[in-house]
Amino acid sequence: MDNGPDIDEMVKRLFSGDRRATARLITWVEDGMEETHEVMRRIYPRTGKAFIIGITGAGGAGKSTLTNHLIRKFRDQDKIVGVVLVDPSSPFSGGAVLGERIRLHSHSQDNGVYIRSMASRGYLGGLSRATYDVIRIIEAMGAEIVIVETLGAGQDEIDVIHIAHTCLLVVTPGMGDDIQAMKAGIMEIANIIVLNKADLDGTNACLRHLNATLSATSFEEGEWVPKVIPTISVGDKPKDIQGMDELTAAIKEHQTHLQKSDAMDQVRFERVEHELGLILKDELQKLIFKGLKGTGKKKRYIENIIKGKDDPYSVVDKVLKTYIKTKE
Amino acid sequence: MAETKKKKIKVLVTKVGLDGHDRGVKVVASLLKEAGMEVLYLGMYQTPGGIVKAAIDEDVDVIGVSYLSGEHLVFTPKIVAEMKKNHLDDVLLVAGGTFPVEDIPPLEEMGIDRVFRAGSLTNTIVQYIQQNVKR
Repeated sequence: MDNGPDIDEMVKRLFSGDRRATARLITWVEDGMEETHEVMRRIYPRTGKAFIIGITGAGGAGKSTLTNHLIRKFRDQDKIVGVVLVDPSSPFSGGAVLGERIRLHSHSQDNGVYIRSMASRGYLGGLSRATYDVIRIIEAMGAEIVIVETLGAGQDEIDVIHIAHTCLLVVTPGMGDDIQAMKAGIMEIANIIVLNKADLDGTNACLRHLNATLSATSFEEGEWVPKVIPTISVGDKPKDIQGMDELTAAIKEHQTHLQKSDAMDQVRFERVEHELGLILKDELQKLIFKGLKGTGKKKRYIENIIKGKDDPYSVVDKVLKTYIKTKE
Repeated sequence: MAETKKKKIKVLVTKVGLDGHDRGVKVVASLLKEAGMEVLYLGMYQTPGGIVKAAIDEDVDVIGVSYLSGEHLVFTPKIVAEMKKNHLDDVLLVAGGTFPVEDIPPLEEMGIDRVFRAGSLTNTIVQYIQQNVKR
């Protein structure tokens, strides 16, 4: 008989902080192996306690460089840090170049930092589908802080808010006027806006736009008002960055704000709600496609839609009626 | 052996020591990406310990080291020793770059699974990896 992977052993090793087991379990999740469900079931109770920081922003804004400096700040406090870096997959070959780790070189020998690079594998929203579970695995390994860096995001890759307690948006001068700053989407999800490369031309104008936009937004009593923190980084040594103390203070302040209000519970609720929806959608789709497999129906449905004899909504209604019994 | 269900081949490519010629490794990284692999580019000036730690964290199938300044006989045993110390026996180790022909047998003896000299065809590299990943 074929010996499947030893889930007991792997989970035990994960709980003891074993990096290879952590890494292998993450691969299982990324590859959607069937053992994933059992693994997640077992580790789930051990998760949910780490403080999760999301970092998003356009490609080249300086996300990885900031991540590098943030890791050091948390390591100075002796925290165990997990880092998840997401880069895009090629829509053509399915391959990817994962190049974020290169900026985190200074932590390459530190056993208190676990860094994992992942490809988005076609998942939209700035993360990869596996990210949700991967963070939980890293939490179960023992990480107290998890930093999640999205791929280079545009205006609408905002899934990171479903994961992070504190969301940093990294922008740079010269990325547009105040109208850009007013737009919906990514600008709205930031708890802290980091204006990186604040030594470039246009920094003052950019600061004015960001602050004007924030002051024109109405916040409720006790609601968190996003902070704008300018940073300048010229290298990866501690002396190479300005604005880091202000940034870590702002993160701390946001964390305290969450703990004081019931916002932390709300973030937790939303995270689980989102996770539940995702898993349900995935599993339903898998179940239904499995049921259609071999019947030739799926192919027929698609052909009929193309020929104009049917449309996707009617097909889904039909399929759902076959598989799901409702009371009416 | 357990049935392999792995969907993506993950390759770490890197340079080690003070060798600053990174054109080759970048070209190879792009080629492997185009072949559908997930390529972790670790950059230049890496240490054997750092490379192996990254390989562990990232659960890669292949480590590819680019050598273009004659340090292959010095660093290879160090990388192999780190891999052994950490029981990375299911990771393929390949090297690429410029090597004197007579250095290839010793490199293979040290534990490199395959050496690709400058001028190797893309297909040769891609096929070798696809057919020889250990899980």
